[in-house]
Amino acid sequence: MAPSTRAAAEDDSAAHQAAAHQAAARPAAKPLTDTSATPGPRGLRSRLHRFDVRASPYVFVAPFFLCFAAFGLFPLVWTGWLSLHRVDLLDPDAMSWLGLDNYARLLDADRGEQFRNALGNTVTIGVLSTVPQLLMALGLAHLLNYRLRGRGFLRVAVLAPYATSIAAATLVFVQLFNPDYGLVNWFLSLVGVRPDWYADTWPAQIAISTVVTWRWTGYNALIYLAAMQSVPKDLYEAASLDGASRWQQFTRVTVPSIRPTILFTAVVSTIGATQLFGEPLLFGGGVGVSGGSAHQYQTLALYMYELGWPSRQLGRAAAVAWSMLLILLLIGAVQYLIARRNRAPQEG
Amino acid sequence: MRTTSRPRRAAVLATAVLASSALLLTACGSGSTHASDGSGSGGSGDRITLTVGDFGTFGYKEAGLYDEYTAAHPNITIKYETTQDGQKYWDALTTHLGAGSGLADIQAVEVGYIAQATGTLAGKFTDLRTVDGVNPANWLPWKSKQATTANGALIGLGTDIGPMAVCYRKDLFEQAGLPTDRAEVAKLWQGDWSKFVEAGRQYQAKAQAGTFFTDSASGLFNAALSAEPQQYSNDAGKLVFKDSPGVKKAWDVAVSASQAKISAGLRQFQDPWNAAFANGKFATVVCPSWMTGLISKYSGDAGKGKWDIAAAPVASNWGGAFLTVPKAGKHQKEAAALAAWLTAPEQQAKVFTKVGNLPSTVGGLQQPAVQGAKLDYFGDTPTGQIFASTAQAIKPAPIGEQDGTVKTVITDNGVLDIEEHGTDPAKAWQNVLKLVADKVG
Repeated sequence: MAPSTRAAAEDDSAAHQAAAHQAAARPAAKPLTDTSATPGPRGLRSRLHRFDVRASPYVFVAPFFLCFAAFGLFPLVWTGWLSLHRVDLLDPDAMSWLGLDNYARLLDADRGEQFRNALGNTVTIGVLSTVPQLLMALGLAHLLNYRLRGRGFLRVAVLAPYATSIAAATLVFVQLFNPDYGLVNWFLSLVGVRPDWYADTWPAQIAISTVVTWRWTGYNALIYLAAMQSVPKDLYEAASLDGASRWQQFTRVTVPSIRPTILFTAVVSTIGATQLFGEPLLFGGGVGVSGGSAHQYQTLALYMYELGWPSRQLGRAAAVAWSMLLILLLIGAVQYLIARRNRAPQEG
Repeated sequence: MRTTSRPRRAAVLATAVLASSALLLTACGSGSTHASDGSGSGGSGDRITLTVGDFGTFGYKEAGLYDEYTAAHPNITIKYETTQDGQKYWDALTTHLGAGSGLADIQAVEVGYIAQATGTLAGKFTDLRTVDGVNPANWLPWKSKQATTANGALIGLGTDIGPMAVCYRKDLFEQAGLPTDRAEVAKLWQGDWSKFVEAGRQYQAKAQAGTFFTDSASGLFNAALSAEPQQYSNDAGKLVFKDSPGVKKAWDVAVSASQAKISAGLRQFQDPWNAAFANGKFATVVCPSWMTGLISKYSGDAGKGKWDIAAAPVASNWGGAFLTVPKAGKHQKEAAALAAWLTAPEQQAKVFTKVGNLPSTVGGLQQPAVQGAKLDYFGDTPTGQIFASTAQAIKPAPIGEQDGTVKTVITDNGVLDIEEHGTDPAKAWQNVLKLVADKVG
């Protein structure tokens, strides 16, 4: 849009906005029992009023839906459309139809090797980062749930890693994990091992998972804590009267009561793990885009970026993006089924 | 009545929603981008800001050139943004060029990608032939040829070239029983990069524990390849790297260096590599003129006077860059004038004396300041003479559009994989072929 027409549109929309405001405000300002009005306009006015009452809610919710359509739905559909074509990043308008060829290429035994590798890495890094993270968060939340000194301070401290930027956190961890001069290997060399955190597959994946775990544990702990606070106190009292230890109270009362929350964090963390991008990219430095020199920690999101930008093949990148979506829906469905199966015995 | 009113209501409702959508497009659209004056309306009175995007160390800020220019042109403010990693810089730049937004007024382009800029991307850059003071003959003939498109447009002004030498640590050489005199050292490997690997074996036999002869096999690959008349592409710009004797030779040199354990196995231009300079972990680094700036930056005061420069096995060129003016810029005329000034011989000489990037203009190479230059950091080494005389002997190889992509794959996923994981070279080469086919195909 040229600047001038754009400005006009802004004026235009401002006028609409003002009109809408007035329309919304009018019934309140002018009672309908106004007798000075002639019968003619009254019909019109009552119709306007009816329209106002019926339509206003839609107008009020429209912003969200239009924004969602423009920035959520449209890109999603457009990405799907792109994935069926060969598209050069530098000339996105010249698309040539490929059908499902981009997807076939991902599933191909030979040509899909890098995709399978990225999928495997995403799963292993996902498990390595999500499982310990949620278990630690549960333990932390349980501790914070007790009356202890400086609880408020601790709760803020727990959230601090979440507030740091991915880049800053990752760069610090890169230093810590430096195979030659890093603090981690200095400690480990005391027991005689020096893993190569940058080059070797498992150490590198563990190092990246550490960054993720460090950042998100506190955040999940606070969500668990909020859920724990709403567990009725008399359940604990009854349990302790029955002679349940603290550990038994935790496993028999706390965990079952906050099961829906646990499921929620599991779903959200899984989505986060599937989209892991910043940490491995920054961890790898100069070879971050390919996830290490042998692609040993290239995740799906990194592979998508490598295809779309350095290799400029937007169509193939879009196919990877849609595959990620399908994988997420699949995982979501599995988690939903597990949740339903867990709920059934309780209700039955 | 009721039945007819329903569709009408729906229509009215639709118009209401549509009306509010006009407001929304602006409400959740981007912020205020009010285009000010169009391109080329830069009268003397307009205050304008020019942005410069580059990578690594171009030395304009270090040599005080930005300040000098703004002092002479009070109406111009210069903003610059530098990306450390050239590969990341290029990836971002192509994205911006494709979108036609987010571009600086002047964008640097590395020689490995200049063929893409003069080929696929030729329409995105302005022709600089008509700019005051620009004449393609000012530069070394091959340098301006590299930045000329098929229709004869000159889209890039050469900044620097990278005549090859080898920088070495005298103290580490002495400990390993190798000569330390420049001429003697050059004799160790004169004529062939494979001799360089041999010298490495000699070094490693008596080296100080924990040090390596050279920093990285991939750096060695780039250096050995730069000496070859044919590299990744043939004269027609077609990719022939699979059967190119030059690539095979350089690959074999890099692999033998890795297998002889004479390399520290680092990736260049990355934090661990930077740190290894300060820790004196390696005794040599292949040394195009622009490398001298990095050595002084990362070795710090502790390394001052310990480094020296010897001639490379074969005279060659690795690297160098160009300044381009994207068509998407708002102030193309002023940007072109600034680019022309920054790449003029006098300014190139100033940059060289400050950070060691060797001029790519004929006039710049002849400046007494360049010929007689001694970089403070390298003691009494006649750096200007060494590099300028090498520059005369450079025979550039043809470059193609995909050279940069192939180079990245070979160095980062091929040679580095062998270095880091001890991958079998034959398998690593198969990986390279597969990856290139995937990226280019």
